[in-house]
Amino acid sequence: MLHALANPARFLRLMAAIRPWAAGVAVLGLGIGLAWGLLYSPPDYQQGETVRIMYIHVPAAWMGMFIYAAMAVASATALIWRHPVAELVAKASAPAGAAFTLICLITGSLWGKPMWGAWWVWDARLTSMLILFFLYLGYIALWEAFDDPARAGRAAAILALVGAINLPIIKFSVDWWNTMHQPASVLTLEGPKIHPDILWPLLITALGAKGYYVWLLTVRVRAEILKRQARILRFAAATDRRAG
Amino acid sequence: MTRKRKRLLAVLGLLSGLGIATALVLSAFNDNLVFFHSPSDVAEKQLPAGRLFRLGGLVEAGSVKKDGLNTDFIVTDLRATIPVRYTGILPDLFREGQGVVANGRLDAEGRFVATEVLAKHDENYMPPEVADALKKSGQWHEKSGDHTKLVKPGS
Repeated sequence: MLHALANPARFLRLMAAIRPWAAGVAVLGLGIGLAWGLLYSPPDYQQGETVRIMYIHVPAAWMGMFIYAAMAVASATALIWRHPVAELVAKASAPAGAAFTLICLITGSLWGKPMWGAWWVWDARLTSMLILFFLYLGYIALWEAFDDPARAGRAAAILALVGAINLPIIKFSVDWWNTMHQPASVLTLEGPKIHPDILWPLLITALGAKGYYVWLLTVRVRAEILKRQARILRFAAATDRRAG
Repeated sequence: MTRKRKRLLAVLGLLSGLGIATALVLSAFNDNLVFFHSPSDVAEKQLPAGRLFRLGGLVEAGSVKKDGLNTDFIVTDLRATIPVRYTGILPDLFREGQGVVANGRLDAEGRFVATEVLAKHDENYMPPEVADALKKSGQWHEKSGDHTKLVKPGS
C-alpha cells in the first residue's frame, strides 16, 4: 500500500479520485455546521451568544493539531522509507496547518477578552499552541533555507518529528497543570461535556474542515509533484544542451 | 539489518529520547508551569506576604460583598480558603460558585489583594433551558461536573 503510493503517477490518480468527494464533504460540512452553529444552535447557559466563537475556534484548533500529526507521520515515512511523495504531503500541509493554528489563536483571543477578561494569558495551553504556530513557521522557513530540495526535505522532516512532542503537551496541558483554559470538553474519558445541540454543529464543522484539508492536499500535493517534475526536466534540458 | 530498519530504529530512538527528555524537563519545571496556585498550595508553601502570584479557585457561595468598586470575596479549593479584596471592574462571568484567577499579593493579615481578576469557566456547555431543568430536578451537581476539577489535585 505504502509502496504503491510512492509512485507519483499513481498518487496523482488517487488524489484526482478523492478530490470531488473531499470538496463535497468540505462544502456540506462547513456550510451546514457553521450555519447551524452560528445561526440556529442554542446559546450557552453561562456564556450566552459568545459561545458561538467555539464553532470556529475549536475546529481550527483540532485542525492545527491534526495537520501537524499528519505532517509528522508523513515526515517519518519520508525519512525511513525515502518515500518521495510523503515529503511533499508534509510540505503541502504546513501552510494550511499554520493558518488553522493562527485562526485558533486569534479567535481564542477574541473569546478570552469577553469571557475571562484577558486577550492573552501565558498558561500552558495557550503557550503550547503558540509554540505549535512557531513550529509551522520554522518548518516552512527551513524548506526555503536550502537550495537542494533533498537536504531541505530531510532537515524539515526532522524538525516536524521533533516538534511532534508538542502535540501531547497541548492536549494534556489542561490536565497536567493549573491553566486558565478549561479542561477538555469533547475528548474526555467520561465522554463529551457539551450538550448535543451544541456538540453536533461543532462536530459537523470539524468534519467539513477535515474535508477542506484533504481537498487542499489533493491540489497542493499535485502542484508540488508537478514542480518537482518540471525541475527534473529543466535539469535534463540543461545537461542536454551542455552535452550537445 | 537493512538500511530501512536502521533508519526506522533511529527515528524511534530519536522520538523516545526526546519524549523522555521532555517529560523530565516538564516535571522538573512543574511548579513554574502552573498558571495559578490554589489556596491549599498557598497554605502549604507558606508564600510570603508581598510576593506577586496568581491565586485560583472557586468564588465561595455567599462570600461576595460589594462596596462601590471594592469587592471582597473568598476563594476556595474546597480544602482551604483565602479572602480576596479587589478594586475595579469584574469580568461578566465572575459570580459565586464560579472559577476565578486573581493576580496580586498577600498582605500582612493574610488577605490577598488582587490587581487583576479573570473569570475561569468550566468545560460544560449547554443551553440555558437544560441548565434550568437540571437545577430544578436537583441533578445539577453531578451533571455540571465537579468544580473541584478547576484546580488539579496536588499541584
